[in-house]
Amino acid sequence: MMTTSEIALRAAGNSARGTTLLSIRNVAKCFGKNAVLRDISLEVAEGEFLTILGESGSGKTTLLRIIAGFETASAGEVWMGEERLDRQPPYRRRVNTVFQHYALFPHLTVEQNVAYGLRVAKRPEAEIASRVEEALAKVKMSAHAKSKPSKISGGQQQRIALARALVNRPRLLLLDEPLSALDANLRRQMQVELKSLQREVGISFIFVTHDQEEAMVMSDRIALLRSGELEQVATPREIYGHPATAYAAQFIGHTNLLKGEVRGGTVRCGPLAWSAALPDGPALFSLRPENVRLTAGNVPTSGTVRVRGRVRHQAFHGATELIRVECADGLALVARTPGSGGTLDDVELEFSSADAILVRESPERI
Amino acid sequence: MFSRAYKAAVTLPPLMWVTVFLLMPYLLMFCYSFWSVSASQTIVHSWNLANYRQLLQVDVYWQTLLRSMWIAARVTLFSLLLAYPLAYFLSFHAGKRKDLLYQLVIIPLWVSYLVRAYAWKTILGSDGVLNTLLQYVHLTKHPLEFLLYSPFAVVLTLTHIYTPFAFLPIYAALEHIPRNLVEASHDLGATPGQTFWKVIFPLSIPGAVAGATFAFVLSLGDFLAPLLLGGPSGIMISNIVVSLFGAAYNWPLGAAISFCMLLLVVSLLFFSERLEKKWSFS
Repeated sequence: MMTTSEIALRAAGNSARGTTLLSIRNVAKCFGKNAVLRDISLEVAEGEFLTILGESGSGKTTLLRIIAGFETASAGEVWMGEERLDRQPPYRRRVNTVFQHYALFPHLTVEQNVAYGLRVAKRPEAEIASRVEEALAKVKMSAHAKSKPSKISGGQQQRIALARALVNRPRLLLLDEPLSALDANLRRQMQVELKSLQREVGISFIFVTHDQEEAMVMSDRIALLRSGELEQVATPREIYGHPATAYAAQFIGHTNLLKGEVRGGTVRCGPLAWSAALPDGPALFSLRPENVRLTAGNVPTSGTVRVRGRVRHQAFHGATELIRVECADGLALVARTPGSGGTLDDVELEFSSADAILVRESPERI
Repeated sequence: MFSRAYKAAVTLPPLMWVTVFLLMPYLLMFCYSFWSVSASQTIVHSWNLANYRQLLQVDVYWQTLLRSMWIAARVTLFSLLLAYPLAYFLSFHAGKRKDLLYQLVIIPLWVSYLVRAYAWKTILGSDGVLNTLLQYVHLTKHPLEFLLYSPFAVVLTLTHIYTPFAFLPIYAALEHIPRNLVEASHDLGATPGQTFWKVIFPLSIPGAVAGATFAFVLSLGDFLAPLLLGGPSGIMISNIVVSLFGAAYNWPLGAAISFCMLLLVVSLLFFSERLEKKWSFS
């Protein structure tokens, strides 16, 4: 357990810099000839909330199952502190999992489900009773202690699965898309609850999801997985503001991908041009729609790029509007503007060249 | 919504079938059990409880019934002891050979009952395979007599014949256990042994109850195995019923025994269904 000040410290800074708890070293996994994970190296700090984000088939669940011990890695090692984890059976690892479909034992009551881990560890009954009570109180499920899992709702089952894992005081909690079965409202509520619960207990969480919004809301760091390889590992702010690759830029939020050509310190991309200290050759840039503005008739400051175009599409998003503007040479830009209410036609757009982030190409992988 | 005519059209045939081929024969049997046979070997339709009284008073009837139940109980026990580990192995550890092994368990069901019963006769007889082998390796000097024409032979044969019936529902129950429950148990620190006793076994109880019911009910009513391999000491209640309806020509008494058996089996089925319901959670 960590003290409150430690948690506060971590919450304020980049938690990736804390003491390393889990270390995944060059892990690979093949099913037959099919390589599901390739050379994954990743560290998780004490008390960190790390999200493994990826599309279905990216290998995120396999990675989680290797950490839990339900799959063996074809290559590489998993360490927890000074202890090599991947050679131990799952029941010896101080890791607990919240399963995608909760996996509550149907023949046991809520209370017996939560007590399961302590019972098999042969803790004294008095201790079991008090810890179970505490865990149920923490997830606000004390009233349902005597119910069978089939008699409670999906959201409640979710809480029980969480309590059942946390009551064992694991050093690391794995969560395999635990919110995917819940409806949108409950899901958002659980995201907030889960995050604050994690802060409260101070246990490291590895959370697997395919939902980039969920990842952004909850995580200290996001590990973006694509076709079995790590695309980028960074804080939500970093990964959003400075995506390393075209895939990362597109997967997390909306973006404009600009294919440009650098020559003599100037980037050219259709009608756009700006100066950048880059070597000559092709270059790819990510430009977030919210960094593209409608020009307000003022004189452009240095580093501002302007372009005229015709609005082809306007989508209302409540507080903002997304407009798609076609410019010369087949260039199209999407801009996020404050909802003006009116219909736009010919517009001039501008953005700061510093907001065009250089990204690597993401080559197709099988 | 279906029309009344359609509903009637689909309900009537099975209803007719059950009435004509099940309910009416049972009713007829029930009536017979209160009638009697005259000295001139004709059935007299005079209603009385003499047959039931005879069942309680003549030792051979209720003793044979008890012995039949004892044989069936042993068959049930041995079938479960064989079928459960087999089903567990197939369901959880057979890997790629699962389908093949499953077929191997099922195939004996396609072989004629008589062939299997006779096979045991050739194995267990005084000149049988087993006795010859035992004498050949000098473990025994004379053929072991208790092997054939004994309750032992009946229990052995019935166990062989009804184990697949016990296996099937157990296997189905084990296959229906979500594998993530096993993973969850390991995840929470339970060893494979603890996981078996705390998760797998409790969740397979409905299958085991169904399997036990099959083995017990089927072997309780069996008459061929005791006829072929039982000898005088291995007689079961169905053999008595068969002879009462045949050579002895006492249909009323046979009907009374049959009705008692029916009552026993139906209450057993009712009880086992209650038990299965109590332990099923899906």
